[in-house]
Amino acid sequence: MTPRDVETVYEALALKLDAVGDTQRELFLAKLALLLSHDLGDAERVCLRIDEAALNIDS
Amino acid sequence: MRPAGRAETDSLYFDYPHFDAPKDRSRLDASAPVAIVGAGPVGLTAALALARDGIASVMFDAKSTFNDGSRAICIARQSYYILERIGAVAPFLEKSLGWTTGRSFYRGQQILEFEMPDSPREKYRPMYNIEQQYIEQYLWDAIEREPLIETRWQSEVTGIEDLDGGVRLTVRDPNGSYDIAADWVLAADGARSSVRKLRGLSLKGENYEGRYVIADVQMDHDYPTIRRALFDPDCRRGGTVLVHKQPDNIWRIDYQLRDGEDEADAVAEDNVRASVAAVLADLGFTGDWELEWWSVYSANTLALDDYRDGRIFFIGDSAHIVPIFGVRGLNNGLADAQNIAWKLARMIEGQAGEALLDSYTPERRGATLDVFANASKSARFMTPPTPGWQLMRDAALNLALTHPFAGELANPRQMTPYTYADSPIVSPDDPGFYGGPVPGAPLPEARVGDGFLSDLSGPGFTLITFDPDLAETVADSDLTTVALQPGSEAAEVLAAGPESAYLVRPDGHIVSRWTRPSSTLVCEALKRSLGRDRT
Ligand SMILES: Cc1cc2nc3c(=O)[nH]c(=O)nc-3n(C[C@H](O)[C@H](O)[C@H](O)COP(=O)(O)OP(=O)(O)OC[C@H]3O[C@@H](n4cnc5c(N)ncnc54)[C@H](O)[C@@H]3O)c2cc1C
Repeated sequence: MTPRDVETVYEALALKLDAVGDTQRELFLAKLALLLSHDLGDAERVCLRIDEAALNIDS
Repeated sequence: MRPAGRAETDSLYFDYPHFDAPKDRSRLDASAPVAIVGAGPVGLTAALALARDGIASVMFDAKSTFNDGSRAICIARQSYYILERIGAVAPFLEKSLGWTTGRSFYRGQQILEFEMPDSPREKYRPMYNIEQQYIEQYLWDAIEREPLIETRWQSEVTGIEDLDGGVRLTVRDPNGSYDIAADWVLAADGARSSVRKLRGLSLKGENYEGRYVIADVQMDHDYPTIRRALFDPDCRRGGTVLVHKQPDNIWRIDYQLRDGEDEADAVAEDNVRASVAAVLADLGFTGDWELEWWSVYSANTLALDDYRDGRIFFIGDSAHIVPIFGVRGLNNGLADAQNIAWKLARMIEGQAGEALLDSYTPERRGATLDVFANASKSARFMTPPTPGWQLMRDAALNLALTHPFAGELANPRQMTPYTYADSPIVSPDDPGFYGGPVPGAPLPEARVGDGFLSDLSGPGFTLITFDPDLAETVADSDLTTVALQPGSEAAEVLAAGPESAYLVRPDGHIVSRWTRPSSTLVCEALKRSLGRDRT
């Protein structure tokens, strides 16, 4: 993925997160995570990324 | 519970029998080889299984009739083999509704259709629906034909005490109280087991949040015997509903209670009627229906640490409580009954070592823990316990509307028979096999001639061999030898070469298998599976 591609995804996500609205944002992200995981076809890698994504998240 | 004005056993479709307490008082205290406490489906099965092996028993039940309500309705293939062995399967096959398919819906739209494993080489369907009263009735009919079993109704066991080499029970019936000694006791007295309490034992484990009302209605509803699961349906937003067809036009509607929904309110007749009506409207059913029976059920995974306490063995709900989603409550109990019966019979006949009885807990508690693991998975999907599980469940269902792979998460995977791989009486596998069932697994089915492989099993152990010479060199009074053709369907299912052999226990589980068997190896495995190798 080029930096350009990443930016395209970044923008599309931002727009969709606003479009789905406050109450459905979590559901949307969870669906997306499942869908992308299925495309990736590598459970081990996804689980690694799940841990990485949780880094630096202050509760 | 039943509608106002109807007694507990006043059913729309089933006539409950009435059983009196024993009238002849003269020999009530005569000692018994085996006493069975509880004549529920598990106690009845244990008595029949013992009788098949020639062992007499006395069975006590506090009630004057069968359990009220239809309760457990899904009987698995594995249990039909048990019913067959105890000579009771014929009426079950006639009455019950076999099924293989399940459908899951999310907000009214189908997101999954699953098929449970089935094929022409299977003798029985993966699952059958039948009301528990019929289960008890048909077992009882078999008991009435069996002279080795004496049943005492309206007879409550109120005390239990260890004797030297036995146990003394105190029994109370409407005509008085008496003591009776037994060499062995099977505690089949259900979830609230008094034997368990009298022994100071308790079930351990977890209670889950999900509570369900289970309601049976009678109606002319035109839909095949297919399990339906409705997630987040209009009639119960945020909740889950299960719908099962039973014989006699009876339909089981299970619906989840909302968090904080008061249980006493939920089971009030008016509320049950309103909730059921809403489900039926969702199903598109517009005809008349009658309410038959309802109850409330919660998801627990509870078990005893040890299913044996001296000369007492706990079987069925007295030993474990499992969530409904896996439909293993009763199926698991029937397997307990069969497991202890063949072992105890051989102990009593002097063919077995103590180790055989000690294998009961690891085998059957192991099976229960396996049920817990599966059922906990289902429970988390059916009734997500925390926000994280809830979000992922909802995401999976929502995604499944457009992407079928996500719907597979809603598959309840109800039927995987348990393998006693770690059992002390099961032999290690022969590494020479490529495929086929491992020791501890149930013997798979195959067509042989006009019948099935299981039809050839003997009353005790069975040696299946593809080499007729081996068949001639092994002889034991408890062993039946079956010689099969190499290259047959059975050979294929068993991954068997021209010399392979399998040794199968009386309960249909494999003891051992060999690519190069000998009579010595077979005898050693037989000894081991009777707990005689360490004595
Ligand atoms: C209301 C209800 C709904 C259920 N719904 C489902 C379901 O939908 N699906 C499912 O899979 N399972 C269900 N179950 C569980 C299923 O019914 C049990 O797993 C099954 O009945 C267990 O059989 P059992 O023989 O071990 O115990 P039980 O059927 O409970 O039998 C125990 C027997 O012991 C007798 N007894 C108790 N104490 C004594 C004593 N001291 N002396 C003499 N006799 C005594 C009782 O009278 C009773 O007959 C339900 C259970 C209940 C109670």
